[in-house]
Amino acid sequence: MKKVLTGNYAVAEAVKMARTEFIAAYPITPQTTIVERLAEMVEKGELNADFVRVESEHSALAAVYGASAGGLRAFTATSSHGLLYMYEMCWWVANSRLPVVMALVTRTIGPPWNIHTDHTDLLTLRDSGWILAMSENAQEAFDLTLIGFKVAEQIDLPFAVGLDGFQVSHTAEVVDVPEQSEVDEFLPERRRNKPFVIEPRNPITVGGLTTNECTMILRREMNRDMEKVGDLVKNAGYVRDYDLVERYRLDDAEYVVIMMGAWCGDAKDAIDVLRDEGVQIGMLRLRFVRPFPAEEIAKLDCKKILVVERDCSVGKGGIIATEVKSVANSPVQSVMAGLGGVDVGVDDFVSMFRRFVKGELGEWWL
Amino acid sequence: MECMIARPSKGSAGKTGLWRTFKPIYDENKCNNCLLCWLYCPENAIDVVDGKISIDYDYCKGCGVCAKICAKKAIEMVREDEL
Amino acid sequence: MVVVKIKDLPKEKFLLPGNTSCQGCPHALGLKSLGMALGDDVVLVVPAGCTTIIAGSKDKSSFKFPCLHVPFASAPAVATGLGSAFRRLGKKGIPVVWMGDGGSDIGFATLSGACVRKDDMIVIVSDNEAYMNTGIQTSGTTFWKARTTTSPTGKREEKKDLALIMLMHKADYVATASVGYLQDFIGKLRKASEIDGFRFIHLHSPCPPGWGFDSSETVEMARLAVKCGAWILWEFDGKFRISPMSKPYADKSKRAPLTEYLKKQRRFRHLSDEDIAEIERRIDEQWRVVLALEDVF
Repeated sequence: MKKVLTGNYAVAEAVKMARTEFIAAYPITPQTTIVERLAEMVEKGELNADFVRVESEHSALAAVYGASAGGLRAFTATSSHGLLYMYEMCWWVANSRLPVVMALVTRTIGPPWNIHTDHTDLLTLRDSGWILAMSENAQEAFDLTLIGFKVAEQIDLPFAVGLDGFQVSHTAEVVDVPEQSEVDEFLPERRRNKPFVIEPRNPITVGGLTTNECTMILRREMNRDMEKVGDLVKNAGYVRDYDLVERYRLDDAEYVVIMMGAWCGDAKDAIDVLRDEGVQIGMLRLRFVRPFPAEEIAKLDCKKILVVERDCSVGKGGIIATEVKSVANSPVQSVMAGLGGVDVGVDDFVSMFRRFVKGELGEWWL
Repeated sequence: MECMIARPSKGSAGKTGLWRTFKPIYDENKCNNCLLCWLYCPENAIDVVDGKISIDYDYCKGCGVCAKICAKKAIEMVREDEL
Repeated sequence: MVVVKIKDLPKEKFLLPGNTSCQGCPHALGLKSLGMALGDDVVLVVPAGCTTIIAGSKDKSSFKFPCLHVPFASAPAVATGLGSAFRRLGKKGIPVVWMGDGGSDIGFATLSGACVRKDDMIVIVSDNEAYMNTGIQTSGTTFWKARTTTSPTGKREEKKDLALIMLMHKADYVATASVGYLQDFIGKLRKASEIDGFRFIHLHSPCPPGWGFDSSETVEMARLAVKCGAWILWEFDGKFRISPMSKPYADKSKRAPLTEYLKKQRRFRHLSDEDIAEIERRIDEQWRVVLALEDVF
């Protein structure tokens, strides 16, 4: 069924259809409307979940951690400073191998206060053990939320669904929503004792002092299991097929742009403009940052690659570009753009890509 | 992640009786079975067997709380090297 | 008030011998009492602190309770999630947060949030009046003038009165307790377990290495604190009552000399007569408040 939903409402709809049992979240712009909608669904009886109005993001993920450790399907959502405030819990959840799903509505980290999108917040989770997806539009935000529960519960790693603040979160689009019966078939009830369950009269202790080797074993297992996520996504059995990347006009591309998130739509329009001019250019859009689509990037056989990203690792530059360089077999150029939500539209991308092709593009687009 | 899970075990810190400098010596004749020592043993190393107390020296750390709480002075702390 | 007789207490151990607690550890006394009081209904949530260590290591747990270790500031929120899971999945049990005064400092907002929501749990703050696990640093509940490694000349601020704060926070049940009076503590735990919602117990836990007294004197020190009036035992279950162990000391003349309590502890060795007089004044003030609360509630 087709519904008109903002990205945030699409996520809320997916959380409802996943029959999520526990939700705890704290409001932060631009994430707020997800939890407002979920609260409304719970109050109206449309969703049979416990909704906890916690006093902070740290407690949001802590409560979700407890619920998930107790066997429930649990969800939270946040942005930027909220993510940073819950950061400690993010790692605790990951190392505990709990299949929590979180929507991360990307927003710039301050100061200065800035509620608009960039991707630095999402990338702070890069090394933690979370599966990191980034959607381009409301449809993907919806789909990836459902796929998130499925994959997280299959592999016992938490799953973050990124969506750009305002550009996706607050933009209404037509979203193709499957039937509840289709979702139920796709996503059965959580296996409650996996990877462990904390319950009365089952006297296990989890997470205490142990050997130093345990940390190495744990991280090695997580790294190994993360590598299986690509196949799990491809074979998820969802109503639409998904992959770690999207390939746009790539087949004969001599020039390849690598990007993620909402602005890829504008960048694709710019690619069409250059294609009309006879430039063989295409896009490899990252739908996932973790696991990193290394194989897909390594396979690119082109003159050069451009990574356009809304983040900066101060002292090293573009985070994605650094990673792309580590696996690509073609020269890689990095450009940092759109940080702090600075608008980069179709015309900008046309100009950017022309300069890239000519070899006249600098590292910063401002 | 199995290495992150622990299960109930006596002696999680080993035979903590080895920590002891003073050993509680129990005199059954002075005891009135009030069980205060059993209740207040921080180590849970005192058992009640057939209504009488029994100290588990494998784990008793020799803190001396039992001797202090005993109104009948039925427990005396003696240096291990004087035994 | 629930009366607890020693002979009726269960013999099953929920804190197993041979753990890493120090000699004469007050937390160990508290934890074993928790087992006696509530047995296998307990599911422990433990933030960073001494109890993280006491809980065991490697594949060995010193608890016969289920226990989830959690980050420092998170414990009551984790218990909220666990409580929800137990309820939804039809499991009978109580999430019990066992934390130190450190956890209640850094996790104060978390404690407040869970209390405001009246989430289903028992929170026990086993208060040894400093951050002992990291090596005796000043906490919010460190006694005025007590020496710690971060206040080497004595703390300049007052002890934070957690239990009264939680009372004013409208917790469903609030009590103070002491490892010097375990039957009282066990009774309060049982009482708390009969009440729904957010329940809070502030347990006074004298720490031999942290305070500087012999390991044999833990219970004695805890009792002296009560007898000199510095630690007042009370309970609120809708009605505020001073507990029987403390009741006599409403009358100042019945109290043990304050110096008897203070002079036994290394952390107070430096106190002047004026300091002691000031502490006495503050204890009197505390009694005035608590006695007034008996009238108010």
